[in-house]
Amino acid sequence: MADAPKHNAEDYLRMYRQMVRIRTFEDNANQLYLSAKMPGLTHMYSGEEAVAVGICEALRTTDKITSTHRGHGHCVAKGAEFKEMFCELLGKEEGYCRGKGGSMHIADQSNGNLGANAIVGGSMGIATGAAFTAKLLGKDDVTVCFFGDGATAQGLWYEVMNMAALWKLPVIYACENNGYSEYTKTDEIAAGSIMARAEAFGIESHQVDGQDVLAVNALTEKLVERARKGEGPFFMELMTYRYHGHHVGDINREYYRSKDEEKDWKENRDPIIRFRSWLVAEGIASEEEVEAMNAEIKDDAKAAVDYALSAKYPDQSEVDMHVFTDVTHALA
Amino acid sequence: MREITLSQAVNEALAEEMRRDETVFIIGEDVAEAGTPFKVLSGLVEEFGTSRVVDTPIAEPGFMGIAVGAAMTGTRPVVDLMFGDFIYLIMDQLCNQAAKTHYMSGGKLNVPLVLRTNLGATRRSAAQHSQSLHALVAHIPGLKVALPSSAYEAKGLMKTAIRDDNPVVIFEDKLMYQDKAPVPEEEYLIPFGEAKVLREGSDITLIGTSSMVQVCQKAAEALEAEGIFAEVIDPRTIVPLDEATLLASAKKTSRVIVVDEGHQSFGVTGEIASRINEKAFYHLDAPVLRMGAMDVPVPFSPALEDITVPTPEGVVENARRLVRGEMIHAA
Repeated sequence: MADAPKHNAEDYLRMYRQMVRIRTFEDNANQLYLSAKMPGLTHMYSGEEAVAVGICEALRTTDKITSTHRGHGHCVAKGAEFKEMFCELLGKEEGYCRGKGGSMHIADQSNGNLGANAIVGGSMGIATGAAFTAKLLGKDDVTVCFFGDGATAQGLWYEVMNMAALWKLPVIYACENNGYSEYTKTDEIAAGSIMARAEAFGIESHQVDGQDVLAVNALTEKLVERARKGEGPFFMELMTYRYHGHHVGDINREYYRSKDEEKDWKENRDPIIRFRSWLVAEGIASEEEVEAMNAEIKDDAKAAVDYALSAKYPDQSEVDMHVFTDVTHALA
Repeated sequence: MREITLSQAVNEALAEEMRRDETVFIIGEDVAEAGTPFKVLSGLVEEFGTSRVVDTPIAEPGFMGIAVGAAMTGTRPVVDLMFGDFIYLIMDQLCNQAAKTHYMSGGKLNVPLVLRTNLGATRRSAAQHSQSLHALVAHIPGLKVALPSSAYEAKGLMKTAIRDDNPVVIFEDKLMYQDKAPVPEEEYLIPFGEAKVLREGSDITLIGTSSMVQVCQKAAEALEAEGIFAEVIDPRTIVPLDEATLLASAKKTSRVIVVDEGHQSFGVTGEIASRINEKAFYHLDAPVLRMGAMDVPVPFSPALEDITVPTPEGVVENARRLVRGEMIHAA
């Protein structure tokens, strides 16, 4: 683990708790899929928890993020609740998006999450625009744009990085490099160095171990503070790993990556196991306290899943609501 | 009343709204010192500065995306897209992002932005600078679409668009920027979804959009000389569409021609004609006729380009045949 930034025990325990909440959420989501209780597909964030938590713990509620199709982790880390998240996942009325978004658009908007985007790289403009607002209106909000290594192939990124650098916008581009662009190794889709691409625009860039929540958090805190002062934009490449396939249905994946590789990451570099060991070694929590926290989160998730399963679907009359802000029913 | 050009009308609308609301800003290519190639924005950067009249690199998806994010977080961007033809470049940001954000968030996020761009052929600019692509945008739920037909309309619709909390796309006819019309000094807004009856008539209804309103007006004058009285209607916005006014006129005159500069197939003319057929069928004495631009890429040569768009003469000829009761199977 990296040297710990100066936090109190409460902060460290919240980081751990948030990482376990993400893993637990995903385990339940996967079960909902496997038991055919969830409509559609979902993309698991398991394995990447230290990235979302390390970053979001460095942000204020008023800071903004944009998320991706693999967005449950960002959503939890930015402060969302299980109940509304599971309701959204199942297309229920009480979901954060009233069941209109589902897994790929899940977001608790009240905490500064500007939405999960199902177009790879589609939110890079939105994040940069949120940073533009902060500059225009003289606010000190910072925006973090989450995207995967696959999205670095999209042209939009280069257009908005250019403008963000020209205009010194308070945006941090956070590339979660999990080694795979859907079903293809990143090495096969990315020429040269991803960091060098951001550096070409004069953007200060950092690579960090995305499985080390303290390292991610320490770096983000520094960059967020500087971005608030107008020293942005910044780029972070977070080296991480996706435990599941591209989505929950991507089960047989040996044609593109080996089981040994997956085993190595899960057993030797798991962000939760590493942080837990550190918490115990530093005397911040005992094994018993950690186990109790895990059990409590598991119970919370089960209660939220049960609630969501029996929750109401939206009334069919909602189908043409929210097309326009000023028209209750667009087709009336 | 004073007369000003369509270009001045748009400029005034923007200046007034920028004075009224400091969250309004303009973003696009060469919008500041250059004031756009059409000089529509001249003088704005001097009053509002480069932080609110923002020149961008030539990167349409990038600045459109930035505008979407800015709109979602408390500002009202007016995006300047130099030519309507470039709309293909920004389709993801416009149609997947701006149009769907309010819906996908269950009504929690808004995207109050205006995309101002243009349409119109016969400027000898060939196939990539002459298209009228408003039907593409009107097809996507979540986007409002305004088509000003004069300086007066351009100012009132622009001001309404800027105050709207939804994404609005305004297509100005690039051949009309120097056209003058009476525009009051006092402030006014034009509500969306209210068609304007420009001329009353009893024999046939001519529905025209954008510069095709002028085409319909000229046709109506010529028809009157022959004793055929045409009603001319400008929908002003095609999303929302004032169906009631169009249907009432169709029921009154029993004959309708819809004239629009977009390609005729799968376009605005077909949509309006279809709604009239569905809802006023038993009141009609003739099939509703579509007159759009020819289904060919816009050619450069004046000899070819001029025949691709509807003309007053063409409207007169079709109107005559409809009134005489001649079945028309193709325009």
